Amino acid sequence: MNHIKTVATAALLVISATATAAEYEVTQKNKAFSVKELNIKVGDTVKFTNQDSFFHNVFSLSDLKTFDLGSYPKGEYKKVTFDKAGKVEVECAIHPSMLMTINVE
Amino acid sequence: MKQAGVGVGRKLLVASAIVLGTWTAVAQSGEHGGVPESGDPSLQGWLLPDTPPYPAGNEPTEERIALGKQLFFDPRLSGDGNMSCATCHNPMFGWSDGLPTARGHKSMVLKRATPTIVNAAYNTIQMWDGRKKDLEDQATGPLETSVEMNADFKRMFEFLNLNQGYKRAFEKAYPGEGINKQTIAKAIASYERTIVSNDSPFDRWIKGDKDAMTEQQVRGFRLFVDPAKGNCAACHSAPNFTDNGFHNVGLASSAGENADPGRYAYKPIKILKGAFKTPTLRDVALTAPYFHDGSAKTLMDVVEHYAKGGEVKEHLSPNIRKLDLSRQEKEDLVAFMEALTSRHEPVTLPKLPLN
Ligand code: HEC
Ligand code: HEC
Ligand SMILES: [Cu+2]
Repeated sequence: MNHIKTVATAALLVISATATAAEYEVTQKNKAFSVKELNIKVGDTVKFTNQDSFFHNVFSLSDLKTFDLGSYPKGEYKKVTFDKAGKVEVECAIHPSMLMTINVE
Repeated sequence: MKQAGVGVGRKLLVASAIVLGTWTAVAQSGEHGGVPESGDPSLQGWLLPDTPPYPAGNEPTEERIALGKQLFFDPRLSGDGNMSCATCHNPMFGWSDGLPTARGHKSMVLKRATPTIVNAAYNTIQMWDGRKKDLEDQATGPLETSVEMNADFKRMFEFLNLNQGYKRAFEKAYPGEGINKQTIAKAIASYERTIVSNDSPFDRWIKGDKDAMTEQQVRGFRLFVDPAKGNCAACHSAPNFTDNGFHNVGLASSAGENADPGRYAYKPIKILKGAFKTPTLRDVALTAPYFHDGSAKTLMDVVEHYAKGGEVKEHLSPNIRKLDLSRQEKEDLVAFMEALTSRHEPVTLPKLPLN
C-alpha cells in the first residue's frame, strides 16, 4: 500500500515539473497587494511589483516557505517560485496591513 | 528553511542598494510640481472622519465614555494608588508627559517615550513596536505592567466591585456584562475615541479656507509632500499623518548591542531592526520632546535629523536620505507642523466615585 502511494506521488511530481510553469504578477499599490488571495500550481512563479512611490517589502514566515525579498522602490520587482503545495501567507514588513495568501496546489 | 530565508535576504539586499540610486533620480525628475490649492478635491483624502471607527459590540455611548474617563483619570487602579493613565498621557502635555522617556512605577525610567493618545483611535496598530492591535487590546496592558501602573488585578476588581459609584456606572455602560478586564478595556477605549484632533488650521485650509494657514505653512506643506524635498508624506501619509507602518529613521540610539530592536522583536525581518511605528503628527507641536527615545527636543531638531539623512545608517529605512533643504525651507516645515494643532475644548476632569 505504502509503496504504491510513494510511486504515485513521484509520478505526479514529474508531470508537474515538465508541465510549463506559469508566472503571475502581484502588484503593491496604495499600501495593498493587488489581490488578497492567489491560487497557483506547484512550480509557478509569482512576481511582486511595487507600484507605490515609496518602498515596500515582501516576506513570508509561513511553515511552507520562508523568504524575505528585502525592500524595493517603485517599478522594481522580485520573483519567487513556489515549489511545494500548501498555503503561504505573504506580508509587507513595513506596512503590516498589507497581507495576502497564496494557495499552492 | 530558516537558512534559505536568510540567504535570499542577503543577496537581495545588494540588489536593493543598487536600486536606491535609481529611485532617487526618479523622485527628483518629476512627481512633485505644484501641490493643489486650498480646497482642491484631490486633497480631501487628508481629512479625517469626524469620529473614529469602533469595533462591533463597543459603540461609544455617553455612559461608556463617562466611565472610561473616570477609569482613565483614576490613580486608585494602580498598585500604589498614585498613577493613572493620565499621569503619562497628560492633557496638559498634549496627552503625553513632556519627558524624554516615560517614568513608571516608583519613578522607574522606562526605555521609550510616552506617545500621545490623540487620534490613536484612527490608527490600525498600537504601540511603538505595534504589539497591540487596537485600543481595547491595549487598554489593560499598562495596568498590568509591573514597570508601569503595577496594578494588582485581584485588589483592583475588589475595589471596583465594592465601590457603588463604579458598580452603577459599569451596569449603565455595559448592562449585564459585569466588571472585568473586557469591560474596563472597552470603557477606556470608548473614552480614548473622543480624544481627537481634526480641526486644525491645516484641516480648514484643506476644506477651502485659504487663509487658515500662513503662506509659510503652505510652503511647508508643499515641501512635506514633495518626494524630491521633504518626502515626509512617504511615511506620514494621509489622513492621520501615519502609514501605520514601521521604519528605522537612523536615530543615534539605534547603534550598538543594546539598541532597542523595535518592531524586529515581533517580526524578525531584517529591515525592521530598530524600526518603530510612524507616529501621527497631528497636535505634534504640543508633545515635545520627540522620537521614541526622546532624543529630539524641538521640531527643528527633528527636521535637522532628517535633513542629515539620519545619524546611524546601519538599518536605515531606504526612504530616508540626505535632504536638500535650505534654512528657510526647514523653518517652513516646522511652521507647517505647527499648523496641525486643533482648537480644543478645555478638558474637564471627572468626579471619581469615592465609595
Ligand atoms: C508610566 C507611564 C504610562 C502610563 C501610566 C500609561 N501609559 Fe500608555 N504608554 C506609555 C508608553 C511609554 C507607551 C509606549 C510603549 C511602547 O510602545 O513600548 C504607551 C503607549 C500607549 C498607547 C499606544 C499609543 C500609540 O500611538 O501607539 C495607548 C493607546 C496608551 N498608551 C494608553 C494608555 C492607557 C489607556 C493607560 C491607562 C490604563 C496608559 N496608557 C497608561 C506610557 C504610559
Ligand atoms: C521612512 C519613513 C519616514 C519619513 C520619510 C519621515 N518620517 Fe518622521 N517619523 C517616522 C517614524 C518611524 C518616526 C518614529 C521614529 C522613532 O521614534 O524611532 C517618525 C517621527 C517623526 C516625528 C516625531 C513625532 C513624535 O511624536 O515623536 C516628527 C515630528 C516627524 N517624524 C516629522 C517628519 C518630517 C517633517 C519628515 C520629512 C522631513 C519626516 N518625518 C519623514 C517615519 C518617517
Ligand atoms: Cu508595504
